[in-house]
Amino acid sequence: MANDTKFRNRKFKAVGTRPPRPDGLDKVTGRAKYGADTFAPGQLVGLILRSPHAHAQIKRIDTSKAEKLRGVKAVITSRDLPDLTDGDSDLYDILENSMARGRALYDGHAVAAVAAIDAPTARKALKLISVTYKILPHVTDVDEAMKPDAPLVQPRVFTSGVSPKPKSPSNVAKVSEFGHGDVKAGFKAADFIVERSYKTEQTHQGYIEPHACLASVGPDGHGELWVTTQGHFIFRNTCAALLGMEVAKLKVTSSEIGGGFGGKTHIWMEPIALALSRKANRPVKVEMSRDEVFRSTGPTASTSIDIKIGAKKDGRITAATAVLRYQDGAFPGSWAMLGAMTSYACYDLKNVKTTGYDVLVNRPKVAAYRAPSAPMAAFAVESAVDELATEIGMDPIDFRIKNAAKEGTQSSYGPTYGPIGIGPTLAAAKKHPHMRARLKKNQGRGMACGFWFNFGGETCTDLNIGNDGTVTLTVGTIDVGGARASLSLIAAEELGIPYERVKCNITDTGSLGHNDMTDGSRGTFSSGMSTIFAARKAIEILRQRAADTWAIPIKDVTWEDGQAIAKGKKHKKLKPLSLNELAAASPNSGGPIAGHSQIVADGAGVSFASHICDIEVDPDTSATKVVRYTVIQDAGKAVHPDYVEGQFQGAAAQGIGWALNEEYVYDENGRLQNPGFLDYRVPVCSDLPFIDTQILEIPNPNHPYGIRGVGETSIVPPLAAIGNALSNVAGVRMTHTPMSPPRIRKAIRGKQT
Amino acid sequence: MLKVCLSGPLKGAADGAASVSIKALTIRELLRKLVTQYPDMQHQLDDGIAVSINGEIFRDSWSEEIPEGAEIFLLPRIQGG
Repeated sequence: MANDTKFRNRKFKAVGTRPPRPDGLDKVTGRAKYGADTFAPGQLVGLILRSPHAHAQIKRIDTSKAEKLRGVKAVITSRDLPDLTDGDSDLYDILENSMARGRALYDGHAVAAVAAIDAPTARKALKLISVTYKILPHVTDVDEAMKPDAPLVQPRVFTSGVSPKPKSPSNVAKVSEFGHGDVKAGFKAADFIVERSYKTEQTHQGYIEPHACLASVGPDGHGELWVTTQGHFIFRNTCAALLGMEVAKLKVTSSEIGGGFGGKTHIWMEPIALALSRKANRPVKVEMSRDEVFRSTGPTASTSIDIKIGAKKDGRITAATAVLRYQDGAFPGSWAMLGAMTSYACYDLKNVKTTGYDVLVNRPKVAAYRAPSAPMAAFAVESAVDELATEIGMDPIDFRIKNAAKEGTQSSYGPTYGPIGIGPTLAAAKKHPHMRARLKKNQGRGMACGFWFNFGGETCTDLNIGNDGTVTLTVGTIDVGGARASLSLIAAEELGIPYERVKCNITDTGSLGHNDMTDGSRGTFSSGMSTIFAARKAIEILRQRAADTWAIPIKDVTWEDGQAIAKGKKHKKLKPLSLNELAAASPNSGGPIAGHSQIVADGAGVSFASHICDIEVDPDTSATKVVRYTVIQDAGKAVHPDYVEGQFQGAAAQGIGWALNEEYVYDENGRLQNPGFLDYRVPVCSDLPFIDTQILEIPNPNHPYGIRGVGETSIVPPLAAIGNALSNVAGVRMTHTPMSPPRIRKAIRGKQT
Repeated sequence: MLKVCLSGPLKGAADGAASVSIKALTIRELLRKLVTQYPDMQHQLDDGIAVSINGEIFRDSWSEEIPEGAEIFLLPRIQGG
């Protein structure tokens, strides 16, 4: 029974309640320690010199003057980060992105770095580094980059996913096709067809805490790294490989994280901090400015998407296609592939084909952003779905319900679905009072659906019972949204003790086996599963200790509500032994009581959401305001409903910003024009209504508690939900995000002319 | 014999085939034989791969047994945020 992953309709006592999070007090009082909040004796300030050019050959770097400056302890270039990647192209990309190697590939690409005794000295040293560039032609637009005469971003990249293998390099890094059936025949059978092209601009995750780390590497080859990250074990492995260190000799400790949303799953300046420290033989702290975060870390892709959907008069979709062009920045990724996989995942389609083109441009390396790539694809598909429903004369929600995927549907990306939640979220949306609420003048309503995969991965957990019966739960997945509360609830549930008796810690890489990142909505799914198994192992020991105490066989001892109970008439005089009693007796009954679990948590269930949005448009200025917003999402089991709702609301808020305001603006020289929160405006509380939520609990059959991931799916529908609402109020179909006032105005004027 | 459906960039590694036939009892055996049959698939494995068995996606559990007649899809390993 120890590692039984199947959901068995368990009735919960602790799970599903809403106690305060254990890290809450520290966070609201400022006691929590983030990436920049730790210090070491003798630490230096590390600063990075970045390319002002979108694409340039680095002909010469002269660091001699900087090195001679008093107070400068180390200056590094790519020469100090030799290529140890042994043909691993992914690792080489990380190395080259950390520090340019002969060519700067985007505005903001690191070219050199200094470590000095203080910030003024480090800044002065940066100015003394002389870089001679030869400016090269650049390209920042995804469609332009696909043209035959476009500047080549990476001469070593050949298009993968095509047969036969190409003989010359290309900006198209990867082609990915998904689908089934015969789309040609499907379109022939259609009574109505909608065909339209869409564009989405590049957005950043906009986490409030900039990247920061403190690195310390000694001459003995041992090192430590304190860093804000979504995955310190992966950071350890990658940095150790890039620096030529042994994994066990680099201890990485994760700080509290002030937002990541995928952007802190990637390595950016951490190898530079380690290399500076190694060269200076002193600890080095590197803190990115907001300008650096925007220019040099990974935003999401900008896209260009063509959609075609056909349907019968009765509303049944007969065929659907999507061609999705996503820019990866200057390094190959799989972002278009993800768009191609997710675009039609909400629907039951007999004939579907999606093709993704991952395209290189002279922009920063694209990083994951919450359900990466799915929001852009959903913007295009869900806009076209709404338009098609309107053409047919059906209510868009009824149209979606008619075509929704269900258990037994072959997904558009291949496998057949088990039990899924798209139908229930749509049914809940149709029934929701929001759908029937009266709209005021200049207001419109829209809705849209979204899908995300979720996944599990390598996970390792320790559970130790103290001699007072309190429980220390040690995990290696970063807490990005309340996981410590959720995991404590799970431990309390399994052991049958109060939540307050559990303390969950996120430990460093030297203290626990490998844990994958907190990404893919996996934190609570994976560490939750591992916690259950660790607790069950501890319970086995507790039962044995009770059996030994009573001198009866362990098979006669059960564990119920936090105590060992002797079962059977012959043991009826034996009083139950509580966890506290067994813990107190542990020194003389066999020593510490602990449970350990090391698993690969597979079987994460897919997740769906349906959103409803009301928007008001100022008829004079085209300024918009979201006046009401509702999120309905399948969560599997909501372990801590407050934090599930928080994930829904946060994801929706980010999607709303993406839809209405946020975009990277490049000038003709390929320089980012708005690398700050003044000109790149994310929505703040006063921009948003209270985001209403409805949690649907459709258990994941592959998790003992029925848990699915919840963190990402609800960023997927907002772009389309807002686009559809705008279409309904303004009478224009918006095809380009962000749907800012100038773009809305242009669309309305275009319609009028 | 299992029918292993390929999608996305994985087709390119199998000469454009949408599916291949392989006899295997576990994911590990399946992947080993796949690489023997299609050496280019090694690069895809290095990039990361996931195997869907009757709709349940396995990324790392290579010891997982494959039931006879199961629906098998090979998918690229995906990233999350």
